[in-house]
Amino acid sequence: EALVINDPDFQHEDLNFLSRSQRYEQAIRKSALMVMKLREYGIANPDEIFWFKSFVHRGRPEPLDLHLGMFLPTLLTQATPEQQDRFFMPAWNLEIIGTYAQTEMGHGSHLRGLETTATYDPSTQEFILNSPTVTSIKWWPGGLGKTSNHAIVLAQLYTQGQCKGLHAFIVPIRQLGTHEPLPGITVGDIGPKFGYDEMDNGYLKMDNFRIPRENMLMKHAQVEPDGTYVKPVSDKLTYGTMVFIRSFIVGDAARSLSRACTIAIRYSAVRHQIFPKPGEPEPQILDYQTQQYKLFPLLATAYAFHFVGAYIKDTYHRISGDINEGDLSELPELHALTAGLKAFTSWTASAGIEECRMACGGHGYSRCSGIPDIYVTFTPSCTYEGENTVMMLQTARFLVKSYTQVISGQRVTGMVSYLNDLSRQRIQPQHVAARTVTVRINDPVSLVEAYKARAARLVEAAAKNLQAELNHRKSKEDAWNRTSVDLVRASEAHCHYVTVKLFTAKLSEVSNAAVRAVLTELCLLYALYGISKNTGDFLQAGILTDTQVTQVNQRVKELLAIIRPNAVALVDSFDFHDLHLGSVLGRYDGNVYENLFEWAKKSPLNKTEVHESFHKHLKPMQSKL
Amino acid sequence: SVNPDLASERQTASFSVEKLTAWLDGGVEHTRIRRAVVEAIESDPVFSRENQYFQSQNERYEAAVRKAVHLQKKMHELGWTENGPEYKYIYRALAGDVAFLLHRIFMRSILMLGSDKQVAKWIPLATQYQLIGSYAQTELGHGTYLQGLETTAVFDITTQEFILNTPKISAMKWWPGDMGRSATHTVVFAQLYVHGKCYGVHPFIVQIRSLQDHSLCPGITAGDIGPKMNFEHADNGFLMLQNVRVPRENMLNKFCEVQPDGTYVRWGSQKINYFTMTTVRISIISDEVIAPVMKACTIAIRYSVVRRQSKLKPGEQEAKILDYQTQQEKLLPQLAAAYAFHFINDYLQELFNRAYREMQRKNFETLPELHAFSSGFKALITQYCTSAVEICLRACGGHGYSLLSGLPSLYTKILASCIYEGENTVLLLQTARFLIKCFMAASAGQSVPPSVTYLAAVKPGKCPAKNKLDFLNPDIYTEAYQHMAARLIRSTAAKLQDLIQSGVKKHDAWNQCTVQLAQAAKAHCHYITVKNFAETVEKLKTQAGIQQIMKHLCDLFALHGIFSNAGVFLHDGYISGAQMDMVTASYLDLLPVIRKDAVPLVDAFDFTDKSLNSALGSYDGQVYQRLYEWAQKSPTNQQMSPAYERYLKPLLHNKLSKL
Repeated sequence: EALVINDPDFQHEDLNFLSRSQRYEQAIRKSALMVMKLREYGIANPDEIFWFKSFVHRGRPEPLDLHLGMFLPTLLTQATPEQQDRFFMPAWNLEIIGTYAQTEMGHGSHLRGLETTATYDPSTQEFILNSPTVTSIKWWPGGLGKTSNHAIVLAQLYTQGQCKGLHAFIVPIRQLGTHEPLPGITVGDIGPKFGYDEMDNGYLKMDNFRIPRENMLMKHAQVEPDGTYVKPVSDKLTYGTMVFIRSFIVGDAARSLSRACTIAIRYSAVRHQIFPKPGEPEPQILDYQTQQYKLFPLLATAYAFHFVGAYIKDTYHRISGDINEGDLSELPELHALTAGLKAFTSWTASAGIEECRMACGGHGYSRCSGIPDIYVTFTPSCTYEGENTVMMLQTARFLVKSYTQVISGQRVTGMVSYLNDLSRQRIQPQHVAARTVTVRINDPVSLVEAYKARAARLVEAAAKNLQAELNHRKSKEDAWNRTSVDLVRASEAHCHYVTVKLFTAKLSEVSNAAVRAVLTELCLLYALYGISKNTGDFLQAGILTDTQVTQVNQRVKELLAIIRPNAVALVDSFDFHDLHLGSVLGRYDGNVYENLFEWAKKSPLNKTEVHESFHKHLKPMQSKL
Repeated sequence: SVNPDLASERQTASFSVEKLTAWLDGGVEHTRIRRAVVEAIESDPVFSRENQYFQSQNERYEAAVRKAVHLQKKMHELGWTENGPEYKYIYRALAGDVAFLLHRIFMRSILMLGSDKQVAKWIPLATQYQLIGSYAQTELGHGTYLQGLETTAVFDITTQEFILNTPKISAMKWWPGDMGRSATHTVVFAQLYVHGKCYGVHPFIVQIRSLQDHSLCPGITAGDIGPKMNFEHADNGFLMLQNVRVPRENMLNKFCEVQPDGTYVRWGSQKINYFTMTTVRISIISDEVIAPVMKACTIAIRYSVVRRQSKLKPGEQEAKILDYQTQQEKLLPQLAAAYAFHFINDYLQELFNRAYREMQRKNFETLPELHAFSSGFKALITQYCTSAVEICLRACGGHGYSLLSGLPSLYTKILASCIYEGENTVLLLQTARFLIKCFMAASAGQSVPPSVTYLAAVKPGKCPAKNKLDFLNPDIYTEAYQHMAARLIRSTAAKLQDLIQSGVKKHDAWNQCTVQLAQAAKAHCHYITVKNFAETVEKLKTQAGIQQIMKHLCDLFALHGIFSNAGVFLHDGYISGAQMDMVTASYLDLLPVIRKDAVPLVDAFDFTDKSLNSALGSYDGQVYQRLYEWAQKSPTNQQMSPAYERYLKPLLHNKLSKL
C-alpha cells in the first residue's frame, strides 16, 4: 500500500474533474506503469498482485482487467501446450493484449442463445467467424473498445454442417504495430455508462473473418483437420471459474458496502443538526435514532458479508484441491448456492450503498462524497456474471431438487440439511408450534434456528405451489415461470439463513473478548433487523408471535444505542486509506467542510471567475430584452 | 418500421390509448396544447438533447444557459406567457435541461414574501432578465432544519443597512442552483440581529455579481460546488459573505419589518416563511418525480417485450422477458405506482388550491394540514418513485447500465428529489407530529380535518375477506390500509406517552420513537394514496373503456403494498396467515392480466422519443439498431485515443524493459 501511495508516478488529478477520455487515459497510464513496476519489484503472488492493483486503481476498474483476469487465465486452463507456447508469453509480456468476448447485444445470462458463429472450412483449415445479426454483435467486453489487440471469442461452432455448441476462439482484432482494426473486424467503444468511465467496454462485429484451426482453444474439445469434432470429457470444470468469480463478487459486495459505511458513519459523527434541546450541545446526527437505524444495520451487514465471502473463498479452495484430484461431488452444490449468495449480497449491498449516500443528505449527492462512485462501480455486479434473478432461480432449482429428495425419503447434506427436518415435522405436526416459544431473541444460535424455520417454510411453500401448477398445466417451464416469484423468495430466505448462520459461527472463532462482544452485538443486530424487515414471514409461519415481534423491534433499537459508542471504531477497523476511500466526507481526520470548499474550488466550472457563457449568452440577452 | 414484437403488443390493447392519454391530461384540449408545445420545442435544434450523454459538465452548463436564453425568445415569438396554458408543458418538453430554474423561485419568493413596493421594484427587472436571481437557503453545515442556519444579518442603524456575514465555514451557502456561475442576485436567508437581539431567519435580497461585467461584488466569494451525480447542467453554487451591506429595504417585508429606528414588527404568521417550501414541494412532484418514473416504466416495459431470453416452451422462439413472472413482478407494480401517484398529485393540487384561496382571505387554518401532507407525500412519493426507477434500470440488465438507455440519468436525477426541499426522514417526522397531534385531539373529542378523523374512529377487528377474490374489492383493501395506519399511529402515540409518563424528557422520548413515527407517517400517506386511487377509479364509471384497466392497476398497487409489507398487516391479526396467502394469490394473478396491456399503458403516457432520449425505449422498438448507431456517435469512437500513442504503444513494443 505504501509502495503505491508514496509513488509520485501514480498520482493524478481528482478523477471527478476529468472527462471520460481523460479517465481512460489515466487508467491506461497507470496500468502500463503498474505492469512495469510489478515486474520491477518481482511481485508475482496473485494475492499481492490483487492488492497492488487495487491500490494503484483505488478499487476501480481498469482497461487491463479482462486481460489479466480472463484472457490469461483462460489461456492457462483451456489452451493446449502448443497454444500456450504461441500465445501465453506474448500475452504475459503484453505484446498481445486480450479480452474475453462472450456477451452479445441481444444475449446475456442465457449463454445458449449466443448467435456468433464459427464455421469450420476444411479446405483451408480455418474457422470463419461471423456476426450474422445486429443482436449478435459482441457488446460490453471490457478493454475491447480501444485497448485490446486480441479477443477470446465465444461462438457457436459449426463443423460438417452441424452445430456443436459454444466454443472459445482466439481472434486477433487489431494490427500489431498500428493498432488499426483488421479487415473484416468492426470494433469500437459502446459509449458512456453509469460508471466504469475508465473502462473501454467495446463492441465487435466480424464479417467472414478467418482464423487458423489452431486458434480454437482445444484443451478440452477439438476439431480435427478434416472437421471431425471431438467432445470434451467433462463440462463441470467451467463451474470452478464461475464459483471463483462469484466468491469475488461477494467479497466485493462486502468491501464496497464497508467503504460506503465508513464514509456515512464518519460524516454522521461530524455533521451536527440542531433540534431544540435546551442547554445541551448540538447533537451529532449519528445520535438520532433514525440515522442509526439507517446505518448500523448496514454496518452489521458489511461485517456479515465479509464472513460470507471468506467462507465461499475457503470452500472453493478446499474443493478446488479436490478438482485437481478429480473429486467434483461438492461442486454442484457450491455452484448452486453461490449463485444465490452472489445475488443476495450484491442486491443488498447495492441498495445499502444508496442508503448510505442518502444518509449523507445533500453532500452525499455530490461526487466529493465518493459514494456515487462506489455505487455506480458496484451496482453492475447485480447484472454481470449472471443476472441476479436468474441466479436466485438457479439456487431455487437446487433447493427444490433437495426438497424433492427429502420428500422421497432421501437425506440431503450441507447447507440445505435443514430440509431434512421437514419430513420429521410431518410426523410430529406440533413441532413447528413448539418452536414458537423457544426462540430467544438475545441468542444468535436461536435466531439461526428461526431463520432456518423460515427458509424451510418458504422452500416448502414454493415447492408445493410448483407442484400445484404442474398438476394444472402441461409445460414444466410454464409451471416454473408461474411459481418464480415464490421461488425467488425461497432462495432469498435460504441465503439470509446462510448469512446469519455464518456470522454466528464466526463469533466462536474470535478469541479477544471485547471484539467478540461487539461482533455479537452486530450479529444480533443483523439477525433481528432482518426479522423486523420481514416480520410477515415469521408471523405467518408461526415462528414468532406478535409480542415477540414487538420485542424484536424494541431490541433492535436498544442495540442501536449499544453500538453507537463503537460505531466509528467499527468502521476504522476496515482500515481504508483516505486515498482509497476517495471521499471528502469520509476523511479519517473528519475535517469535512474546509476540504469540501477546497475541493469545489478545483471544479472545472471554476477555472475562470466569469464563465464564457456570460459573454456568449447572458450578456446579449440582457442587452436585448 | 415498428419492431413486430412491439407492434403485436399494441394490437391487443383492451382500451383506447388516445382516450386514456386525454383523460390523464385532463381533457383532449390539454393533450392538444401539450403536443403542440412539445412539437415546437423538439423541432427546434437549439433544444436538442441528442448529444447530451457525451457532454462534459462545462458543455452541459453552457447548453442549459443557451436554451434558457433561447426559450425567452421562443416564448415571445409564439406568444406563450407565464400564465398561459402552454407554460406548464414547457418544462416537461425540455426535460428540465435548462438554466434559470432558481430564477423562478427567486421571483416567487419575492411575490410571496415581498411588500407591494418590493414586488414593484424587483419583479419587472427579473421578468426582463435585467438580473438573474437565485435562492440561497441551504448552508454547508445546515440543510432541512431552517432555524439552524448560521449566516447573519446585523442591522446597522447609522447607515440603515444590514451587514451580512458568513461567520464560519459551515455557514457558507452551498447548493443553490444558478448561483455558481449565472446569478447576479440571490435571496439570502440569514439570522436577523437588531441591537444584539436575534429575531430568527429572514430573507434578504443580495447582489452578488456586477451587472456590467459579471465579476463578483466586493465581499462576495462565489463559485460552482463541483460535479454531482446529475444536474451537470446546473451551476449549483457556494457563497461566502464578508461584511456585505444591503439597504434596509432589501429585507423582504410583507410579513415583518425592521423600522428605521430598529424596531422589529411582525404582521403575519411565522409559518408563512414555510409556505414557499410547501409550494415548491408540491410543484416538484409532477415534473421531477412522476414524469421520470413514467419515462422509466416506458423504457423498461418497451424494452422487455423486445428483449428475448431462454425458452418458456420447448420448440418455441426464446420468450420476451416480460413474459416471465419475475420480470412482471418487478415492473408492473412500478407502473401501477406511476398511475397511483399521478392521481395523488391531483389530490394534492386540489388541497393546495383550497389552502391558497383561504390564505388570500387571511385564513391560515388549513396551513398545518397542507404543510403536513405536502411533507409526508413528498417523502413517500420521492422515495417510492426513486426506487421504482432503480428497479426499472436494473430490470433492463446490462443495457440499462449504459447511459444511452436513458435510465441512469433518470435515476440520478430523481434521487436528488429525496433530499432537496426537505430531507425525507425529517419530513416524515413533521407529518408524524401532525398526525399524533390530530390523534390526541380526535381522541379528546376535538374536531380535526376530515382526512384524519379515521385515526380515532377505527375500532379493532378482523379483515372480513373469505377468498382471494374478496381482495379485489376496494373496500376490503382500503379498510385494511386504514386499519394498519391507525394502529401504527395509535401504538406510537401510546408508546410516546408511556415514555413521557415514566419520566423521560419529551425530546428524548420523541427521538426514541422516531423510527416508528416515520413508519406511521408513511403508512398514513400510503393509505390515502390507495384510497384516492380507488375513489378515482370509482369516478371513472362514465369512461367504461378505461375503468376496467384502471381498476386492475389500483388492485395491483394496493395488493403489492400488502404483499411487500405483510408484517404490519399480520401483526395484530387483522389479516390472518390464510388471508395473506389469498392476497399473494390475487396479487400474482393480476400480473398476467395487466401484462397484456402493459405496452398500451405506457404508450398512454405519450412521451416522444426525443423526450425519452433512450436507445432502449423508443416507440418503434428498434432497440439494437439504435444502440449500435448511438454508440458509434460516442466521442471515444470519433477520434483515435491519445492513450494508444502515449502509453499503449510503448507498452506493446517495449519488450526489453519488461523482461
